[in-house]
Amino acid sequence: MSDLFTFLTRMGDNTLVLGHRLSEWCGHAPVLEEDIALANTALDLIGQTQMWLGLAAQVEGAGRSADDLAMLRDAWDFRNLLLVERPNGDFGATIMRQCLFDRFHLLLLDALTHSTDTRIAAIAAKAVKEVRYHADRSAELVIGLGDGTAESHTRMQTALDALWPYVGEMFTDDATDTAMAAAGIAPLPSTLRAAWDTQMTDILTQATLTRPDGDFAHQGGKNGAQHSEHLGHMLSQMQWLQRAYPGATW
Amino acid sequence: MVKPSPAPVPGSAADTTPRYDGPVPQTEGEVWAILSAIPDPEIPVITITDLGIVRDVTLIGEEVIVAVTPTYSGCPATTVIGLAIETALRDARLMPTILTQIDPPWTTDWLTDEAREKLRRYGIAPPSATGPEACPHCGATTLTKVSQFGSTPCKAAWRCDACLEPFDYFKCH
Repeated sequence: MSDLFTFLTRMGDNTLVLGHRLSEWCGHAPVLEEDIALANTALDLIGQTQMWLGLAAQVEGAGRSADDLAMLRDAWDFRNLLLVERPNGDFGATIMRQCLFDRFHLLLLDALTHSTDTRIAAIAAKAVKEVRYHADRSAELVIGLGDGTAESHTRMQTALDALWPYVGEMFTDDATDTAMAAAGIAPLPSTLRAAWDTQMTDILTQATLTRPDGDFAHQGGKNGAQHSEHLGHMLSQMQWLQRAYPGATW
Repeated sequence: MVKPSPAPVPGSAADTTPRYDGPVPQTEGEVWAILSAIPDPEIPVITITDLGIVRDVTLIGEEVIVAVTPTYSGCPATTVIGLAIETALRDARLMPTILTQIDPPWTTDWLTDEAREKLRRYGIAPPSATGPEACPHCGATTLTKVSQFGSTPCKAAWRCDACLEPFDYFKCH
């Protein structure tokens, strides 16, 4: 498996898994506007998945399609971050997860628009416009809910504390990242941390939330070594049709 | 009593009237003319060329290659638009190939002035760098954002403080 393929599945699996998680809110969000907003964000992410996994399949050259990669792989072949497979929890936890990821996603895509691989630069240029909108919205909501009522503040702080151990994996470098950086294809994730910290500190300060102290980071999502049990449950639902009726098309 | 089904949306898959019944197009300009009659499936008052999503047309004999760019990467209308283009060009007895071209990414700067006016008349405020300029219903300029997201990926929900009517705003992208 080439490093480029691994990198592209990481990009596509992050957007696929988070897109699916957000779609679980459809019809359940606290107010209609938020329901629509979450579904729209999910739609953008699934659209980006088609581009990333489409390119991954092309790079692999094994005759697989983006759909094959999304629907016919099992948990151990997924390369998404553990953060995005976290269950939705309450609305506050979903928005906090979104904000933590959006800031990382935006910085990464901004850097990828300068990728030496023009196909990657083109996808990033398309996706970054959508993600800028996601990032604006999730930051606004974190601030509004953090600096809101006693109840919303408590829920946002609880969500932040619970999700914080999943932040570190976004900025962990491995051999694939080093190879991508050496080829000028993608930035080393660790180089995005300082900007993320600055932006996140600003958001959390405005939200009157306390940044957790610890820097313990769960690992195992982006390298596929140890996904949480939640991913398998999610895939069993997302891939249900292909599992029940293999090869079904319409 | 069974209610009669509504007339199909022009250009939709249910609409079986031929998109084109003239002579076989000989020039790329004639192909563009056919494409400029295809309505957007979500906002049927504007056409796909008004939206600026048709990026290129190449005609080689009876074969025609049309490059289309999606507005938003996940917009479900993209598939329907591809189908509408294919149907229209087959009705014109051409052999169409539709390519998806994501670079350069679509921007609302490509909306024609005519499209902006059509949107306004339809009740959708056209895009502007600083948000909607005026209520498309009454023209007032004191407006409130209801939600950053609206009924389709390309729109946001706003409300006019003067006439109190809600309206869609075509997001600046």
